[in-house]
Amino acid sequence: MIKQILFIITLLITFGVFAYSVKRLWGFFKLTKPAYPIKNIGARISHTLNVAFGQTKIFRKPVIGLMHALVFWGFLVITLGSIEMVVDGVSGLDRAFAFTGWFYDVVIASGDVFALLILIFIKLFSIRRMFLKVKRFSGVEMTPKANWDAQLSLFFIGFLMVSLICFNMGYVSSHPNGYEGVYPVSAALVNLFGWDFSWLQEPGWWVHILLIFTFANYLPYSKHFHVFLSIPNVFLANLEPITKYPNLESITREVKLMLDPEAAYDENAEVARFGVKDVEDVSWKNYMDSLSCTQCGRCTDVCPANITGKLLSPRKIFVDLRKRMDEKGPLAIAGKEDNKSLLRDYISEEEIWACTTCNACAQECPIDISHPNLIMDMRRYLVMEESAAPTGLNMMFANIENNGAPWQFSPEDRMKWAE
Amino acid sequence: MTIETKIDVPVMADVTAKGEKPEYLYWVGCAGAFDDRYQKVARAFAKILNHLGVSYAVLGKEESCTGDAAKRAGNEMLFQMQAMQNIEVLNGYQVKKIICTCPHCYNTLKNEYPDLGGNYEVINYTVFLDEMIRTGKLKLENNPFKGESITYHDPCYLGRGNGIYDAPRNVVKAVFGEVKEMKRARSYGLCCGAGGAQMFKEAEKGNKEVNIERTEEVIERKVDKVASACPFCMTMLTDGIKLKNKEAELQNIDIAEIIEKALNL
Repeated sequence: MIKQILFIITLLITFGVFAYSVKRLWGFFKLTKPAYPIKNIGARISHTLNVAFGQTKIFRKPVIGLMHALVFWGFLVITLGSIEMVVDGVSGLDRAFAFTGWFYDVVIASGDVFALLILIFIKLFSIRRMFLKVKRFSGVEMTPKANWDAQLSLFFIGFLMVSLICFNMGYVSSHPNGYEGVYPVSAALVNLFGWDFSWLQEPGWWVHILLIFTFANYLPYSKHFHVFLSIPNVFLANLEPITKYPNLESITREVKLMLDPEAAYDENAEVARFGVKDVEDVSWKNYMDSLSCTQCGRCTDVCPANITGKLLSPRKIFVDLRKRMDEKGPLAIAGKEDNKSLLRDYISEEEIWACTTCNACAQECPIDISHPNLIMDMRRYLVMEESAAPTGLNMMFANIENNGAPWQFSPEDRMKWAE
Repeated sequence: MTIETKIDVPVMADVTAKGEKPEYLYWVGCAGAFDDRYQKVARAFAKILNHLGVSYAVLGKEESCTGDAAKRAGNEMLFQMQAMQNIEVLNGYQVKKIICTCPHCYNTLKNEYPDLGGNYEVINYTVFLDEMIRTGKLKLENNPFKGESITYHDPCYLGRGNGIYDAPRNVVKAVFGEVKEMKRARSYGLCCGAGGAQMFKEAEKGNKEVNIERTEEVIERKVDKVASACPFCMTMLTDGIKLKNKEAELQNIDIAEIIEKALNL
């Protein structure tokens, strides 16, 4: 009974803190602009099954991809076990889901095996991050803080697995005459040592569940928020061809007005800033992308600009967006301003202009972030609000305006190629 | 070197005046019209269309930039002005099917014009050629490139953008028998460096030009030819090969030029 009360109090605190974090982020989301409408749910579900649950884009790097996929699939079954632990904790039952029979055995057994696999892989990830100089884990946006965040997340996951195995070993050890579920790893460990581990059951259970609660509340402030947001981010992904850059509707209205003097001017139409200068100009999807990004750097790794030593790093664009929202969001909600903006104070013009819009980054992103579209949104601001394009581009604009071609040739000569 | 002669390319205004309605519109694009090197590709493709007896026409002086480069450089206003003008012309001729050689024009016409009222079946020329070969309408009996090896460079707006990876390869294979793939091929393909309006500006400071990085990969593959399917890629690869002083042993050739040569047009 005391355990139940203690647990329920802990659970309420966990939910309370989490609700606070969600409310904070919700406020930030409210500052953003609409994105595309979410339609075609059938296609979205199959896309999610494919990219998120099937891990298809992760497998573009086969070795590390398989390790990630196993950790991810392991997390899915282990999460079922965690839900049971919460139910047990609240209700005072022991192994509340055991009635599901063979399904229970499968879930628990695979969770037990996955716990060991994940522990091994997480250790390898951690060592790789520390000692192997993986190029995509470097860059200006990969600050010492970002690396600590990554290591801390790995540490959390590692200890979650250790505590789960301890709890399982304790459970197996304290039920010598038979128990619910199957524990290939934990039971083998108990047999191997031949000691009595029953004392591990309670502390194992508590440590595991408290780690879950702490980790869950750490995540909204970590790049590893990914754990919660990557699946919804894939579900809400842009399903259009990646090189389709949506037309700006406010411009369509203006162009129609220009081409057709009869067209009525809609006074109700909101006069918004063209393009993106700061966080309130981005869409909710851009912001969600920035919260879902786990900074794996696969985008930057394949970026032709980055490969050839230019400043642009597609990952930095989204890391900066999230950072700037952390700074600007609370101010904006309080109705205050600072004299900074995402563009220029975080992301330089030099970075924005280096993009070839080749979409290698978007192709690679395991959670379907579209970097080039946000980069081009910032170009829209620079060009249409400030006329701040590089000289070559201004010449190209003038040529298109005057002769309908990006080069200085007369439209009269358009058939010369055939002569 | 053959002396280039005038080729007979039907222009939409003339054809329509005669009361005819061509099945396809060939969208030549600004590079096809004006770029010295790429004009040869436009010529090659027009010759192939003539050889096949396809019912087609071009817009000629009525064609204007699709606005792709302006859009990707952030000038949405200019892009939409271009798009609206082009759509008016295209809809005026009741165009149903458009064939593009340039993947940037292709992507814009196919993906970005519909929302502005321009709805057409937009076909990339590599897909068209592949189809013609598969259905037996285009018979390739000679291989003027005997003994030569070739690789293929994926244009981003064709491959990653619109999933067209196999069609250009099938066309190359129909003549060369094999495509020697580079390490970064298909969806992993490395950009030539010219997309997103980079073609028209100085590159930002770095330690290498993107086209050199790509050209080095081509050279590493030790092939005689590199096939491309985009005017910008062509400029970048040709320049890269020139800069690396490899013009004697390695040439850049467009998919349409391969067929032109194979047909001896």
